[in-house]
Amino acid sequence: MSTEPSTDPRNDPRYDYALMEPRLPQPLDGSLVDAPIELETRLSMYERLQLLRQWGKRAHDLFLQNLVKGTTHLSLGQEAIATGFGEALQPDDYTFATYRGHAHSLARGIDPGAALAELLGRENGILGGKGGSMHLTDVSKGMMGSYAIIGAHLCTANGAAWSAQMRGTDQVAVAFFGDGTTNIGAFHEALNMAVVWNLPVVFVCENNLYMEYTPIDAVTAVARPAADRAAAYGLDGVVIDGNDPDAVYLTASDALRKARDGGGPSLIEAITYRSGGHSRADPGKYRPKAEVEAWAERDPIPMYRSRLQKLGVDEDRLSSIEDQVARAIDEATEFAKGGPEPGEGALMTEVYADGGSRWRN
Amino acid sequence: MAELTYREAVARGIAQEMRRDPTLVMIGEDIAAAGGVFKTTVGLVDEFGPDRIRDTPISEQAILGAAMGAAMTGTPVIAEIMFSDFLAVCWDIVANEIAKSRYMTNGQVSFPLVIRTANGGGVRFGAQHSQSVENWAMMIPGLKVVAPSSVEDVIGLMAAAVRDPDPVVFFEHKALMGAKAEIPDGEIVDELGVATVLREGSDVTIAALAAMVPRAVEAAERLDQAGISAEVIDVRSLVPLDTRTLLASVEKTGRFFTVEENPRLCGWGAELVSIVADEAFWSLDGPSVRITTPHIPLPSAASLEDLAIPSVDRITETVQKTVEAGGGA
Repeated sequence: MSTEPSTDPRNDPRYDYALMEPRLPQPLDGSLVDAPIELETRLSMYERLQLLRQWGKRAHDLFLQNLVKGTTHLSLGQEAIATGFGEALQPDDYTFATYRGHAHSLARGIDPGAALAELLGRENGILGGKGGSMHLTDVSKGMMGSYAIIGAHLCTANGAAWSAQMRGTDQVAVAFFGDGTTNIGAFHEALNMAVVWNLPVVFVCENNLYMEYTPIDAVTAVARPAADRAAAYGLDGVVIDGNDPDAVYLTASDALRKARDGGGPSLIEAITYRSGGHSRADPGKYRPKAEVEAWAERDPIPMYRSRLQKLGVDEDRLSSIEDQVARAIDEATEFAKGGPEPGEGALMTEVYADGGSRWRN
Repeated sequence: MAELTYREAVARGIAQEMRRDPTLVMIGEDIAAAGGVFKTTVGLVDEFGPDRIRDTPISEQAILGAAMGAAMTGTPVIAEIMFSDFLAVCWDIVANEIAKSRYMTNGQVSFPLVIRTANGGGVRFGAQHSQSVENWAMMIPGLKVVAPSSVEDVIGLMAAAVRDPDPVVFFEHKALMGAKAEIPDGEIVDELGVATVLREGSDVTIAALAAMVPRAVEAAERLDQAGISAEVIDVRSLVPLDTRTLLASVEKTGRFFTVEENPRLCGWGAELVSIVADEAFWSLDGPSVRITTPHIPLPSAASLEDLAIPSVDRITETVQKTVEAGGGA
């Protein structure tokens, strides 16, 4: 059967990405059930996954109630990466994240209530309401910031790693970023310098298949946006299942050990999928339905729950973790909602290190 | 006492601070064995070693990102951007990351770092290696900005910039590199945010910066012969800005001029003129006038570049005409 070439651009996959071939997840690596990970570590990761998921959902609910203004970029669906790394990192290691940084912040132990309050623009927010959703930071927890302009924070992570190297500590800096970041110059500058200076830094590309709204493969010269570039910097092209906390934990542990032992940087590409759109304004309609459905089947939380059941964890233990997190999220919500809006007194503070904003005498 | 050039003063200022603070490090392109393209870092790697005086690839984002990350984790840094025009390549790190992060984290992070860069024209390098961009930095909340005009100020302001807990953009002027002066031995430490009255006068105030300072001083000598007594202020520090010294001078003279190497629009003098208009209006005896490079990229040919950048002739004539048009100084 021959078809007339259509002149309607909406029938052209270059116009409508939902018409492109769906990008389906790789089959789950069932053998990881036997990976050498303590059960307590796995239960801790399950709790972390639940925290990140329930917090993200609550942030979304608060947005729907019009309590979160501006924008939010949720980590829903991608929590396994922050979870696996959160488990593997030492307390004094450094995390640098993007505007999609809620999961990474929570995984480092940022207070869930103060983080929610920040989204609500309240005085009791972790940044006093000055930063907002895209900039969650808690230096006391090693969460060195969430940066909302693509690329720069990879260079900054190098600096933290270099500082650790100069001070002779065994701290490691980890930079999380999306697939879209691999096409900006700072990514390449950062990788080159990290290798040349043999820095204790780990670059983690969360490849969720879409840069923002556009499929990453439609705008990238290679199939694996991070891993296929690794060879250019003398690094291994590591690709892992970013929806499997065990796979992430094992890879993270290896990379962190290598960095601490003076082995230099690593670049890891973790394949994952955003449950929702890029930001709160985006329903994500450009994605093929079959693709969204297939990835929903690979949601990290039910997958990990059933792995734990296979390992003999009983239902009561799992639901008790879930309930405990649910109570914590309710408390966090009350804390956030209870905070006042920041007053005028906060406006002019902390531009400079003297605490103020004075630029003249 | 020793005779020192402006470029040697850069290295002396850095060395003074690196001896004082063993955690201080410096990075940049060709700064170690090569001693910097302007020979402003000669000898430093010999004294402090390649870990503390570290060459980088041509990666301005990586350079300033590394400086940012190191500074926020306890390692103070001096980072060199070879030509100030190149700041455009890494402006995201300067303007969005370093400058804003303290405010947006509500004070959780500090950036004890200095961004040194060779600024300005007069050396026939053409449009992409000559611009005066101090106004770019001045307009970003969170940055401090200095531009020394004298050999001694290079050392003292370098020390002040390094010791300041905030990010400082330090503009070294290319046309002044060969300037010489007798400099006292020992530690020299200055202060940010202090303008200097270089020459007292009673009829007009001329505020100048960096390479425009010696021209303003020379113009003042000529104006003196024409019967106009000019006070010359070296602004030195754009942020923090010493408005007290400027306003006190204008209140005394009643006339205000700026001499700026930056292209006309939104040059630093525009802010000064605005402050004078707001706060010293009733002291003014005539219009405040800005003497600037026109709103053009800088040309390469000597004859054209000399026409573009404010000259001693242009400064003298502009002040004289303005004063005469206003009727008696």
